[in-house]
Amino acid sequence: MTDANRELTEITEQKYKYGFVTDVAEDRIRKGLDEDIVRLISSKKNEPAFLLDFRLKAFRHWLTLEEPTWAKVRYNPIDYQEIVYYSAPKPRKKLASMDEVDPELREAFAKLGIPLEEQKRLSNVAVDAVFDSVSVATTFKKKLADMGVIFGSFSDAVREHPELVERYLGSVVPYTDNYFATLNSAVFSDGSFAYIPKGVRCPMELSTYFRINAADTGQFERTLIVADEGSHVSYLEGCTAPQRDQNQLHAAVVELVALDGAEIKYSTVQNWYPGDAEGRGGIFNFVTKRGKAMKRSKISWTQVETGSAITWKYPSCILQGDDSVGEFYSVALANHRQQADTGTKMIHIGKNTRSTIVSKGISAGHGQNTYRGQVKIMKGADGARNHSQCDSLLIGGHCGAHTFPYIEARNPTAQVEHEATTSKISEDQLFYCRQRGIKEEDAVSMIVNGFARQVLKELPMEFAVEAQKLLGMSLEGSVG
Amino acid sequence: MSQQPNDGTPLLEVRALQARIDDKAILKGLDLTVMPGEVHAIMGPNGSGKSTFAGVLAGRDRAEVTGGSATLDGKDLLAMAPEERAVAGLFLGFQYPVEIPGVGNMYFLRTALNAQRRARGEEELDAVDFLGLAKEKMKLVEMDPAFMNRGVNEGFSGGEKKRNEVLQMAVLEPRLSILDEIDSGLDIDALRVVARGVEALRSPDRATLLVTHYQRLLEYIVPDKIHVMAGGRIVRTGGRELALELEKKGYAWVEP
Ligand SMILES: Nc1ncnc2c1ncn2[C@@H]1O[C@H](COP(=O)(O)OP(=O)(O)O)[C@@H](O)[C@H]1O
Ligand SMILES: [Mg+2]
Repeated sequence: MTDANRELTEITEQKYKYGFVTDVAEDRIRKGLDEDIVRLISSKKNEPAFLLDFRLKAFRHWLTLEEPTWAKVRYNPIDYQEIVYYSAPKPRKKLASMDEVDPELREAFAKLGIPLEEQKRLSNVAVDAVFDSVSVATTFKKKLADMGVIFGSFSDAVREHPELVERYLGSVVPYTDNYFATLNSAVFSDGSFAYIPKGVRCPMELSTYFRINAADTGQFERTLIVADEGSHVSYLEGCTAPQRDQNQLHAAVVELVALDGAEIKYSTVQNWYPGDAEGRGGIFNFVTKRGKAMKRSKISWTQVETGSAITWKYPSCILQGDDSVGEFYSVALANHRQQADTGTKMIHIGKNTRSTIVSKGISAGHGQNTYRGQVKIMKGADGARNHSQCDSLLIGGHCGAHTFPYIEARNPTAQVEHEATTSKISEDQLFYCRQRGIKEEDAVSMIVNGFARQVLKELPMEFAVEAQKLLGMSLEGSVG
Repeated sequence: MSQQPNDGTPLLEVRALQARIDDKAILKGLDLTVMPGEVHAIMGPNGSGKSTFAGVLAGRDRAEVTGGSATLDGKDLLAMAPEERAVAGLFLGFQYPVEIPGVGNMYFLRTALNAQRRARGEEELDAVDFLGLAKEKMKLVEMDPAFMNRGVNEGFSGGEKKRNEVLQMAVLEPRLSILDEIDSGLDIDALRVVARGVEALRSPDRATLLVTHYQRLLEYIVPDKIHVMAGGRIVRTGGRELALELEKKGYAWVEP
């Protein structure tokens, strides 16, 4: 190993910053999964009949499914009977204000840089804090309500707006969709819900911070965002988890509905615990995210995926309405033994629908990074257009990058373009930076951020800087 | 023209330097002394080891040093990491500057300047002060400000890359600038710009080492000394007349 390589290896041995565990009283049920568990979860949450019905149908369907094996990821079999499907921090009493949130919880979020206290809130960002799948606090709720914007936990929405939930739940990702989405539909515990009324431009960023804390539990959140006609919303989710030797399953579902002329911008900074350098522990992140875009509407996904032992995730757009637009901007980083299989599906149904895919995969250490994307142009989608660009950056000689673009065009007027590149951080680039006085670790981080710039600039300003630092920190890569 | 420093310590002193790439000896006992305030030129045929020498001084690990010494201001250069050499004031203008896509040229240069300043215990420049400095230097090298927001050397022509090297040198204000074939691929206008950049840095406590294949550059920058390198050694040292002689007789004249 050259000096340069040795240093590069050292940089990559930095530790995960969010690996702490918070000591809170938990309300957890016995482990295992059967119909009684599904009913128990539903009853703990006092759910209306339609929701229990939805869960039970999903559970019965799940029993008929097999875990998918098509992704380019390898892991030991998951024992679904060894998982605890419901764990919630025990509420002390009904909260009158945010300042009454359990101090332990508040401190946990403060450590993550997310203040929930009235005085210290992030300016112009409304935050829903989800701890072990249960929403513990939502900031700025009143201010939003004044404009008719509903934002808060999924459970609150079920209680306060059951008609909206019943109407849209499963309308984009049906409970039969896929193994993990079906499992989620049966056992999800909480998540975020947002509704933006007609013509309203949401005055602030909506944001959910997911935190896994409890051991041996599965995490199953459900997020539903409905943007009514002509409305506009920008939403961001962030996630972290403690450092544990056991793998933990996270199977979330996100559904977006953009009605005519609406716009939803959905950004993710995913930093679940990735496991250690040898691949012990880490989150299995099997997530289904999909949006349905009606006439002249736009759905834009931006994701920065740096965490998780395994990422299996394909935020997609069903471009149903004419002139609707779908976008997917992704940076996925796989370091050490991390495996990422991620990409998108753009389903063009309406006329003159347009989609853009920009995927930047970074592989380091023994990381394996796969882009898997599908562009499907249906018969009626006259004038549909897609442009896809998939770039891979390799750091060191033990990692891998793979690209699987699937293109299916059933309309002769469609235009589909796909570009792909693979490059390496070269010794020449590193030396150039160092000759100018920049330390190697800073050079690596700078080069990687440059590679990802096209995607990072899509993030809301407040989070772009955070994401940049995260990329630098997560680069526990190695050249050799 | 050139001024000797008070204590007579050379800015750069190279003694019997040897280096090899794989099993091939490239530098075979090279001696060179550059005093503060001087401009030297090293000329020599392709493959004589000029770039290898420049790289070894800057700390590139492509070639392995097998003997000899090199000091900057009396400090052991060979014991320092490349970024430490930069902080100590060594600048290498690359024969083939690399592209760093997506990293803004301006951002890169400010990061470099501030990394050096921080390492020297100096205050960092904020964005506004840096912009002022960069603008002044861009004028010096006649660089279109549009280049500053592009990626480092990304899609630059050969000449633009070289101009960018000179800009970096002008901003970083190194003690010793080593410019490797800075003149190759340049038109007359660009050559003048390079010459102006070098002249602007000429001062009693700095020095420049021009590595070049052609004597053309030396019509614009008049060096104090010219060295001819062949087969991994300095084989002749002289004044301007040496360049003219080389031009007339070709390199075969010095080839060992
Ligand atoms: N990366 C390398 N690997 C192997 N040999 C090299 C490498 N770089 C340079 N050399 C060899 O070293 C010798 C000197 O090259 P170089 O220093 O580039 O000379 P110059 O700059 O004077 O043209 C040449 O024989 C060249 O082939
Ligand atoms: Mg050369």
